[in-house]
Amino acid sequence: MGAVAHEAHGHHDDHGHHEESFVSKYIFSQDHKMIGKQFLMTAVFMGVVAMLLSILFRIQLAWPGEESEFLSFFLGSDWAPNGVLSEDMYLGLVTIHGTIMVFFLLTGGLSGTFSNLLIPLQVGARDMASGFLNMLSYWFFFISSVLMFVSLFVETGPAMAGWTIYPPLSALPTAVQGSGMGMTLWLFSMSIFIASSLIGSLNYIVTVLNLRTKGMSMTRLPLTIWAFFVTAILGVLSFPVLLSAAVLLMMDRMAGTSFYLSDIIVQGEMLTQHGGSPLLYQHLFWFLGHPEVYIVLLPALGLSSEIISTNSRKPIFGYRAMIGSILAIGFLSFIVWGHHMFVTGMNPFLGSVFVFTTLLIAIPSAVKVFNYITTLWRGSIVYTPAMLFAIGLVSTFITGGVTGIILADSALDIAIHDTYFVVAHFHIVMGMSAVLGMFAGVYHWFPKMYGKMMNTRLGYAHFWITLIGAYGVFFPMHFVGLAGAPRRYYDYSVYESFDGSTFEMMMDLNVIITIFAIIAALGQILFLFNFFYSIFRGPKAPQNPWRSNTLEWTTPVEHIHGNWPGELPTVHRWPYDYSKPGQEEDFVPQTVPLAEGEEEH
Amino acid sequence: MAKLFVLLVIILGVIALAQLMRVYELSSKLTNKKENEITNRDNRLNAKLMLGFMLFLFIGFIWLMLKYGWTGRGPAASVHGEQTDWLLNLNFVIIIIVFFLTNALLFVFAWKYVKKPGVPAFYYPHNNKLEMVWTVIPAIVLAVIIILGLRSWNEVTDDAKDDAIRVELFSYQFNWNARYAGVDNKLGKYDYKLTDDASNPLALMTTETIDKSIELMTSGPNGIEDLEAKLNDPKLVFSDKIRTEMEERLARKEQLIRLLHQMKARHTGETDKQAMDDFITDTLFLCKGENYEFTFRSKDVIHSAYIPHLRAQMNTVPGAITRFKLTPSMTTQEMREEKNDENFNYILMCNKICGGAHYNMNMIVVVLDKAEYKAWWKLKTEGAKDPANSKMYTTFPATFGESYYKTLQSAQEEMQKELDAAKVAEEVEGEEGEDAEGGEVEGAPAA
Ligand code: HEM
Ligand SMILES: [Cu+2]
Ligand SMILES: [Cu+2]
Repeated sequence: MGAVAHEAHGHHDDHGHHEESFVSKYIFSQDHKMIGKQFLMTAVFMGVVAMLLSILFRIQLAWPGEESEFLSFFLGSDWAPNGVLSEDMYLGLVTIHGTIMVFFLLTGGLSGTFSNLLIPLQVGARDMASGFLNMLSYWFFFISSVLMFVSLFVETGPAMAGWTIYPPLSALPTAVQGSGMGMTLWLFSMSIFIASSLIGSLNYIVTVLNLRTKGMSMTRLPLTIWAFFVTAILGVLSFPVLLSAAVLLMMDRMAGTSFYLSDIIVQGEMLTQHGGSPLLYQHLFWFLGHPEVYIVLLPALGLSSEIISTNSRKPIFGYRAMIGSILAIGFLSFIVWGHHMFVTGMNPFLGSVFVFTTLLIAIPSAVKVFNYITTLWRGSIVYTPAMLFAIGLVSTFITGGVTGIILADSALDIAIHDTYFVVAHFHIVMGMSAVLGMFAGVYHWFPKMYGKMMNTRLGYAHFWITLIGAYGVFFPMHFVGLAGAPRRYYDYSVYESFDGSTFEMMMDLNVIITIFAIIAALGQILFLFNFFYSIFRGPKAPQNPWRSNTLEWTTPVEHIHGNWPGELPTVHRWPYDYSKPGQEEDFVPQTVPLAEGEEEH
Repeated sequence: MAKLFVLLVIILGVIALAQLMRVYELSSKLTNKKENEITNRDNRLNAKLMLGFMLFLFIGFIWLMLKYGWTGRGPAASVHGEQTDWLLNLNFVIIIIVFFLTNALLFVFAWKYVKKPGVPAFYYPHNNKLEMVWTVIPAIVLAVIIILGLRSWNEVTDDAKDDAIRVELFSYQFNWNARYAGVDNKLGKYDYKLTDDASNPLALMTTETIDKSIELMTSGPNGIEDLEAKLNDPKLVFSDKIRTEMEERLARKEQLIRLLHQMKARHTGETDKQAMDDFITDTLFLCKGENYEFTFRSKDVIHSAYIPHLRAQMNTVPGAITRFKLTPSMTTQEMREEKNDENFNYILMCNKICGGAHYNMNMIVVVLDKAEYKAWWKLKTEGAKDPANSKMYTTFPATFGESYYKTLQSAQEEMQKELDAAKVAEEVEGEEGEDAEGGEVEGAPAA
C-alpha cells in the first residue's frame, strides 16, 4: 500500500517543514494520538461530573430529608429547596449519572481513547484509515457531551426517565417534567453520540483489517486489538438500532405518532394514540443495551490482558482461547437482550430461550477469568499501578459476574428484578471492571500519551482507596436489594410505615454505602492531581518503560506524525514472548526475528 | 462559611500534595529512582496488601451475612416463592463457592508470585487439557442451573387454575387499586376512553358508563361544546399557546367522541353484569392458600407491581394486559409473629421508574386466613345481590379499604364495626320489608 507516500510524510514532519498551527495540532487534529488524548480529556471531565452527581444523590439516600449545604451549593434553591434534594431532580441526577457513565465515560472515553491511541501503534500503521473521519468522530463526541452537560441546567430539569428512557414516561412531558426540554436534549445528544461512535468504529475496523504492518497476522495481534476490533463490530451492529429507537421516540414526542403509545390518560388528559407498544421500545433499546455492556467491558478486558501479561513477565495463558472467548462473547451478546425483560409480560417461552443464551455467556467469561489467573501463576509479578488496577478488574469481573447467574435465571429474576441487587451487579461487573480497566490503561500508556511518567506512589494510594471504596459501595447493595429495595427510589424511609426491621437495615447500609462513596470520590483527587501534574512536570518517559513487546514502544517518545520516523516495523512473532527460555532478556519485542530453530509459541 | 472552609481545606490539600511531590521528586533524583522501576519493597508491600484486601473482602462479606441474614431476605410468603427461595439458595451456594474460590486463587497468586530477584517467570503459554477442563465444568454446572431454573419458570408462568380468584391491579401516577371480579369471578370489560375520575376511575364498560362518557365528552366541563364555545367567544382572549392547546384538545375530543359512538353502536349490554359486581379497593386483600390470577393494567406510564415477600413481580403496561398467578402461604399475622414486629405489613411497591413520587407508590397487602377473608368478602359482595344498588365500583374510593391501611388489628376492629353496622342496616331493611332477599352469599371462595 501507500507506504512510500506515508514515508515521505513521516520525514516531512521530522524536519518540521510545515509548522503545525496550534489549531491543527491541538484542536482540529487528525493525528490519532492527539484525538485519543482529546477523548480522554473529555471523558475525564464527564466522569468527574457523573461521579459528583452520584455523590449528590447518595447524600439524599443516606440522610433522607436532612438539610445539606453541599446539596444547596450545587443545586440551588430550585432543585434542593432548603438543602433537600427534590424528588424530580433525584431522578434527573440518577438518569444523567447513568447515561454519562455508560456512554460518555466508558464507551466514548474508553474505546475512544484507547482504540485511537493503540490501534495504529500496535498494528504498525502510520495513522487511522481516515484521519478526517476520526477527527469528526471526536468532534461529534464533544458536541454530544456538551449537549448532555447543558441539559443539567435546563429549567425543567434534565431527562428523568432513567438511563434506559423507557416510554411512555420519556415520551410525555406531562408525566414528569424532565421529559420536556431535558429529554429533547438527551435524544439529540445521544443521536450525535451514536454518529460519533459509528464513524469511530468503522474507522477502527478498517484500520485493523487493512493497515496491519508486514508480518502482523491476525493471530499475532495483541489481545487489546482483538478486543477493540470486536467492540467496534458490536458498536456498528447495535448502535444504529438505538438510533432507530430514539428516532421513533422523537416522532412519538413531536409528530403525534403512536409507536410506543397506546390508550393513555396522563394528568387527566386522554390521549388518542392507540396500538403502539412500549415493549417495542424495550426490545430496540436492549438490542443495543446488552451489547453495550460488552462494548464497555471488552476494551477493559483487552487492556488488562496486555497489562497482566507484561507485568507477570509471562505470556498470556491460552492466547487463542482468549480470542475465542472474545468472539464468543461478542456473538452471544446479540442474542441475550431479553433477559432485561423477563417481567414485562413477554412470552414465557421466549423468556426461556433468553435464559439459555444468557447463561451460555458465563462459559467464555469463566474461561477468561481462569486464563488470567493462570497467567499470574508462577509469574514474576511487578506491581506497577497499572498491574494493580488490572488485578482489581479481574476480581470485580468475578464478583459481579457470579451474581449475573442469578439475574439470568428468569425464575429468580422475578424476585429481584429492578432491585438494588441489579444495581450492585452491574456496577461491579460493568462499572467497576471497566473503570479499573480504564485506569489501568491510563497508568500503563501514559508514557506513550504524554512522554512523561506518572507518580507511582500516588498511583498505589489511588488504587487501594478506589478498590476498597468500590467494594464498600457496591457490595452491601446486594443485601439491600435482596431485602427487596427497588431501585430508583428517592427515599427508603417509606419502609418505616410497613417494615421496621428492613427499614433499619436499609438506613444502616445506605449510610455505610454513602461513606464509602465519598471516600472513593475523594480518592479520585489523587488521580486527577497525579494526571495533570505529571502531564506538565512528570519525569521524562524512557523508550520502553515496562519492558514490553508490543510495537507502540518502538516509536519515539516524542510524538511525530506517522508514528515511526523511518520504515514501518516488521513483525516476526506474537506479542507475548515474556520470559521465553533461552532468551537473554525476559522480553522479546515483536520486531525481533525468530532465532534459528526457535519455535513461534 | 462552611463552604468557604471546605474550599480552603481542598485548596490547601492540593498545595500540600504538590509540595510533597516536589520533595519526592528531589529525593528520587538524588537516589536515581525511576518511576518505571518498581523496587522490591514496593512489590512486596503491594503483594501483602493483595492478601490483606482478600481478607477484608471475605470478612466483610461474612460479616454482612451474619448481620443481615444469610442473604438478607425474610421467609417467602407464597407457594411458588418457597420454591424460588429454594432455588435461590442453591444458586447462592454455587456462586458463593465460586466467588470465594476464584477470588482466593487470584489474590493468593497475586501475593505469592510477586517478583523475587533471581526467580524467573515460568513460560507457560497454553495447555489445552486444562482449558478444556474449565470450559466443561462451568458448562455442566450451568446446565444444572438452567434445567432447574426453567422448570421453576414454567410452573410460575403457567396458566392459572380455572377456579383461581381473578383480581385486577390497576396502576396510575402514583397509586394502586385492586379490582375484584366479584360474585361471578369474571372481570368486567373496560375501555380507557370511558375513564371518569369521579364516577368510573377504572373505565369499566357498561351501557350506562358509555352513555355517561358520551355526555361528558360532549357537554361536560371542558367537553366539546364547552371548548367550541370558548374558542369562538370573541370576548375571551387567549395567548397563542393556550389557544393551540385548546384546539389540540378539541381535536382529540372530536376523534374520541367518534370512537365512543362506535363503541355504543357495538355494545350489546350482555357483559354489563360482569362489570356490575366488580368492586374496587385501595388495599389488596388476599386469602392464605387461595389461588389468584392477577391481571395488570396501567393508566399512564409503565409501572411494576412488586410484592417482595410474595416473590412476585410484573410490569403494568399501558395499552396491554399482563398477568401473574400466585398463592399466598402465610397470613399477615403469621409473618408478624415470624418477624416479631406487630406493625409489619406486606407491601406492593411500584418497581418501574414512573415519575417524581415513584418511591411512594405502594399498596398495603393483607393476607387473611379463610374465616376472616370470608367475612370480608361477604361484606364487599353483599350489595351485588340487588341489581338496584349493585354498582359497587361507583363507590370509589372504597372507604372500606382505606380503613385497613394502617394495621391489621385496627382493620379487624373496623371490619367488625362495619359488619355490625351492616347487620343493623339489614335488620332495619328487613323490618321495613323492602328487601326480601338476604341470607347466603355466593361467590365467596370455597373453603
Ligand atoms: C462513585 C461511584 C458510583 C456510585 C456511588 C454510584 C451509585 C449509583 C447509584 C446509587 C445509582 C442509583 C441506582 C438506582 O436507584 O437505580 C446508580 C445508578 C447507575 N449507575 Fe452508578 N455509581 C457509581 C459509579 C458508576 C459507574 C462507574 C458506572 C458505569 C457503568 C455507573 C453506572 C450507573 C448506571 C447505568 C446507573 C443506572 C441509572 C439508572 O437507573 O437510570 N455508576 N449509581
Ligand atoms: Cu443484558
Ligand atoms: Cu409507578
